[in-house]
Amino acid sequence: MEQKAVKRREKDLKFWERIYIPEILKGLSLTFKNMVRPKFTFEYPEEKFVPSSAYRGRPVLVEEENGEERCVACGLCSRVCPALAIEVQAGETEREKERFPEKFEINMLRCIFCGFCEEVCPEEAIVMSKDYELAFSSREEGIYGKDKLLVPANQLQDRIDFLRQYK
Amino acid sequence: METGIFVLISAIKILLIAVLILMTVAYLTFFERKISAWAQNRLGPNRVGWKGLLQPFADVFKLLLKEDIIPERANKTLHFIAPMIALFVAFSTFAVIPFGPEVHLFGYDIPLVVADVNMGILFVLALTSLGVYALTLAGWSSGSKYSLLGGIRSSAQMISYEISMGFSIGGVLLLSESLRPIAIVESQAGWMWNAVIQPIGFITFFVSAFAETNRLPFDLPEAEPELVGGFHTEYSSMKFAGFFLSEYANMIIASALIVTLYLGGWHIPYIETLGLPSWLVIVLQIGAFIFKLVLLLFLFIWVRWSIPRFRYDQLMNLGWKVMFPLSLINIVWVAILIMVFGL
Repeated sequence: MEQKAVKRREKDLKFWERIYIPEILKGLSLTFKNMVRPKFTFEYPEEKFVPSSAYRGRPVLVEEENGEERCVACGLCSRVCPALAIEVQAGETEREKERFPEKFEINMLRCIFCGFCEEVCPEEAIVMSKDYELAFSSREEGIYGKDKLLVPANQLQDRIDFLRQYK
Repeated sequence: METGIFVLISAIKILLIAVLILMTVAYLTFFERKISAWAQNRLGPNRVGWKGLLQPFADVFKLLLKEDIIPERANKTLHFIAPMIALFVAFSTFAVIPFGPEVHLFGYDIPLVVADVNMGILFVLALTSLGVYALTLAGWSSGSKYSLLGGIRSSAQMISYEISMGFSIGGVLLLSESLRPIAIVESQAGWMWNAVIQPIGFITFFVSAFAETNRLPFDLPEAEPELVGGFHTEYSSMKFAGFFLSEYANMIIASALIVTLYLGGWHIPYIETLGLPSWLVIVLQIGAFIFKLVLLLFLFIWVRWSIPRFRYDQLMNLGWKVMFPLSLINIVWVAILIMVFGL
């Protein structure tokens, strides 16, 4: 509904606009139409918004079916992170891929949800989840370690499929 | 009728009406919030109690628990008295408004009005004029510039619109030939509603009623964006609640007055021809009064959430240059009707 704003002064008003009452009735009918329209409100704690797979929520680490992380601790994510929120410390492992993150921390007070970490990751090991409920009561709690970051791969399949469309 | 019985019946009626008004006011605030929410595509309060129906009580408890702040530079006595005047005026006006026909109960004829006085309409006009004092004194005694501006605006607005209000009532009185509210209602039996006979007077009275109750589009005494809160800027806790209650009580009274004066009071057109039992007719008629009242209250709230506030000069222009001449034209119109058709 593109409408060009026309400046109208009082002298330009027509008689029916000038006596004001029909215009009031127009306004009233508009608000009444809105009163009976369906509402879009999510009643939050009971009814939660489920974002689409394009949504960038809290970044998480992908956990394979055998309970191990996909991450090989290359450190690219921490390198690319513009907010310097990610800290990775690599360790050696007997497994085929030889490296794993001994320590992987994301400071959620710093994270800006840009998704660069997920873009740069060569292993699809860090992805943005749909989780947007990030409340903590102290700064220490804001630093998420591996215990909080690891999420089973099947829960993240939506996002992984979405990312593959653009690769 | 014996004096004792009369006093008893009156006391019961007063108690009933006081409780009813308090409840209606409480739920009016709730529906104001609900309707505003609906008009803005929201849901409105729905957490306290079933569908949020206990919200008014939560509001009252909140206000009771708030600190009562009296500004240092306030005139403490007047600051204290102003909300009481507002409440007193709002509640006592209801004494003369009839909400149903005469009832025969336990061998007595009980008119469904607290005080069936001859000059009822005059009483209402006098008391609503007193209501200006509440606002003006509140504004002046607060010792704050915003309050003072609100108070001055309210007095100017009330005085300007009281004139057109009074003149529109003049048209009604010409037809009813009485100042008794019951007589005015009875003069509108059938479809002889004053809103039908004198639509101009109905509109001027209706608009003036909005101005008198300080409702949007005429809420200049409050005008949140300009005057913080207008005359009640410096009020808190239950004193603020007093103003709040009186605003809504005034809304009920204005609606009840419009129903009494213009919409035929408790009358349902042609209900006598249906041959219903008399008690059912009375119940239906009281229901009709309440129905009309609720409809008008909804209209009051609806208008508030649709129409923007007038500028101060627009308000005065409308009051003096439009409403005042229109109400005079209405009187002439009614006089012509009486002369030509002998109504």
